[in-house]
Amino acid sequence: MASIRLENLRKAFGPVVAVDTLSLEIPDGEFAALLGPSGCGKTTTMNMIAGLEVPTSGSIYFNNQDMTRVPAGKRGVGFVFQNYAIFTHMTVEDNIGFGLKLSGAKPDVIKREVRAIAELLQITSMLPVNAGRLSINDMQKVALGRSMIMKPGIFLLDEPFSNLDAAFREYMRGELKRIQRRLGQTMIYVTHDQVEAMSMADKIAVMYCGELYQFGSPDEIYNWPVNQFVARFIGSPNMNFINCAYRVENGQAMLVQKAGGATLPVDNQRRQLLDAAVNADQLVLGIRPEHLTLSAGRTADSLWEGLVYAIEPLGPKTIVHLKVGDDLLQAIGPASYRPRVGERQYIGLDLARTHVFDGKTRAVIR
Amino acid sequence: MANIVLDKVTKRFGRVTAVNEMSLEIRDGEFFCVLGPPGAGKTTTLRLIVGLEKPDEGNIIIDGELANEIHPGQRDIAMMFQNLALYPDKTVFDNIAYPLRERKLSKAEIQTKVTAVAKSLYIDHLLQRKPAKLSGGERQRVALGRAMVRQPRATLMDEPLANLDALLRLEMRVELKHRQKEEGSTLVYVTHDQVEAMSMADRIAVLNHGRLQQCDVPDAIYSLPANRFVATVIGSPPTNFITADVSRSNSDLLIGHPAFTLRAAGAGHPLAAALAEQGALPEKTVVGVRPEDIRVFAVNPGPDALPAAVSVIEPLGGETIVDLLVGSDIIKAIVPPAQKLSEAQAVWLRFDPDQIHFFGATSGARLYTTGQTARLVCAGRSA
Repeated sequence: MASIRLENLRKAFGPVVAVDTLSLEIPDGEFAALLGPSGCGKTTTMNMIAGLEVPTSGSIYFNNQDMTRVPAGKRGVGFVFQNYAIFTHMTVEDNIGFGLKLSGAKPDVIKREVRAIAELLQITSMLPVNAGRLSINDMQKVALGRSMIMKPGIFLLDEPFSNLDAAFREYMRGELKRIQRRLGQTMIYVTHDQVEAMSMADKIAVMYCGELYQFGSPDEIYNWPVNQFVARFIGSPNMNFINCAYRVENGQAMLVQKAGGATLPVDNQRRQLLDAAVNADQLVLGIRPEHLTLSAGRTADSLWEGLVYAIEPLGPKTIVHLKVGDDLLQAIGPASYRPRVGERQYIGLDLARTHVFDGKTRAVIR
Repeated sequence: MANIVLDKVTKRFGRVTAVNEMSLEIRDGEFFCVLGPPGAGKTTTLRLIVGLEKPDEGNIIIDGELANEIHPGQRDIAMMFQNLALYPDKTVFDNIAYPLRERKLSKAEIQTKVTAVAKSLYIDHLLQRKPAKLSGGERQRVALGRAMVRQPRATLMDEPLANLDALLRLEMRVELKHRQKEEGSTLVYVTHDQVEAMSMADRIAVLNHGRLQQCDVPDAIYSLPANRFVATVIGSPPTNFITADVSRSNSDLLIGHPAFTLRAAGAGHPLAAALAEQGALPEKTVVGVRPEDIRVFAVNPGPDALPAAVSVIEPLGGETIVDLLVGSDIIKAIVPPAQKLSEAQAVWLRFDPDQIHFFGATSGARLYTTGQTARLVCAGRSA
């Protein structure tokens, strides 16, 4: 078991900076996710923690011990990649026990440990089966088992489920979190899928172009994104963004929609921030679909009007797409909500859940 | 504008039956989704409709006319493939105009039609570019434009959005649906993504192993799935399945599980007849409950609630999935993000009494779904 600390970690491949002065701390036993689109530097970061890449500068500490120059094999790190590295000519039992056998463990110890891991992964019945005959899903479970049995203090997973079908991925989210809790290992999970990161991790590092944008709990990342990128990347359907300008007319402060003229009142706290904002003419209002409420008639909460553009019934909920001026917004309605295309809707906004971003720097003003 | 009927169509490739006695009707002006996992027979179905494959058995009828022997070129059905197949040496304009030139339309007509389609797909500023100079999403829209421009009787699309990034896919989903409704064209859309199918389709055909499992409107597929396969494919997370014992107590029917008992009171309760697939009452049945139809309580709300323990919590932002240990089964429930639970916490559950499904333990077919008329009485058992 180990805590991890990265200090000003940087990795350049020639002129390309893959990871730029990254600092973060993962306490012992925590489940952390490195999240970002392809090319954001998440895999390079993981490779440096594993010891597969040497940082250009900066340091890596495990339990406050400098590991930056320690070779991969001596770091006590286990990893699983997207391409399950298992021996297809061996049985599942031999695959999982392989590492222990190499380290010289006694046969009865190996047998016991393999059983325990197989039970955890619910693959006990497959132990005598040749690994090559398994489904892709089960092969990846065996790959997990092979790495887990060595009880590494740190467990690194790079998109381990991205080749697998959606139902299995969804099932494994819960399974992996359960296993991590049981074993108490520090886990780092690399993914481009925000749902995986949100659902499994204690803390998420959102990366973009080699830069760490935000490091926080799923709750923080979802509710308090630091910039428009994080706000857009997290959540599905994604946050609505409306280009606005800040205006004060007759002492009334408000945001005015550029592609339509819808207005939003601004409270005192936000007013102070916007009075001081450099780009008050170029703001972006952000609000998540679940914080909009729709009704066919005007109510006390109605702030805006829109016309239904399309409806997506998803079973337990309905996504309603609306044209407000020239902006296309998404709202979430109840399961049976079925307004017709072209119908007028009155929109209420949960003001406390709105975000204002600087339209130039994309940083949140709030 | 087309009505397409498949009447007991079978297609084999060597020993593999790709499509097995498939019967379905695609109605004029419909957005029709064909949904299933890889290998379900979706693409073969599409190729049969467009004429790239001939059925071994059964008939394909287009607008009332037997089409088995009609050449693909004569069917007037456009097909858009996943790999787009744009002409790299032609401009966007010429790519979209291609099917119109084939039909020898006048220059002016071609100009008007191509510009109109390009405008509606937001690619009118790209008309003079070559495909290599476009982003993936733009190329996808060019291929869409080419499929739509000649207004064929029907358009078939095979996973057209599969290669796009998540955000663009969402945008195109809405755009495609909007356009289809505006033009009133018939669209057959193949996908493995249940969200795409649910969100876009007027009706969905769910396929597995070459067989049609269910064909209906999204609401019906969701709330009354034909079998366990459909109940698993539709919904995220999928329906929870809990195996339970079937027994009788006087005139009541009992569905027993270590954590709860469901009681169907009275000899006349329809559940008993529904479960007796083979004439007699089975020993086991599979109870199906969707994650969104389960409510989780931190304090015991009454004797009808069943005891459970929180295993892990999966916050998604807009909602939270909770993995719960019920007896020795793990099931998933969806709770609002504001409901704070912690791992290992003891909780109580209530299933929505109107949304409990029963499936055959071996057949997998849905046999019964509770409703307002004949409710079940739930009783929790202490852990």
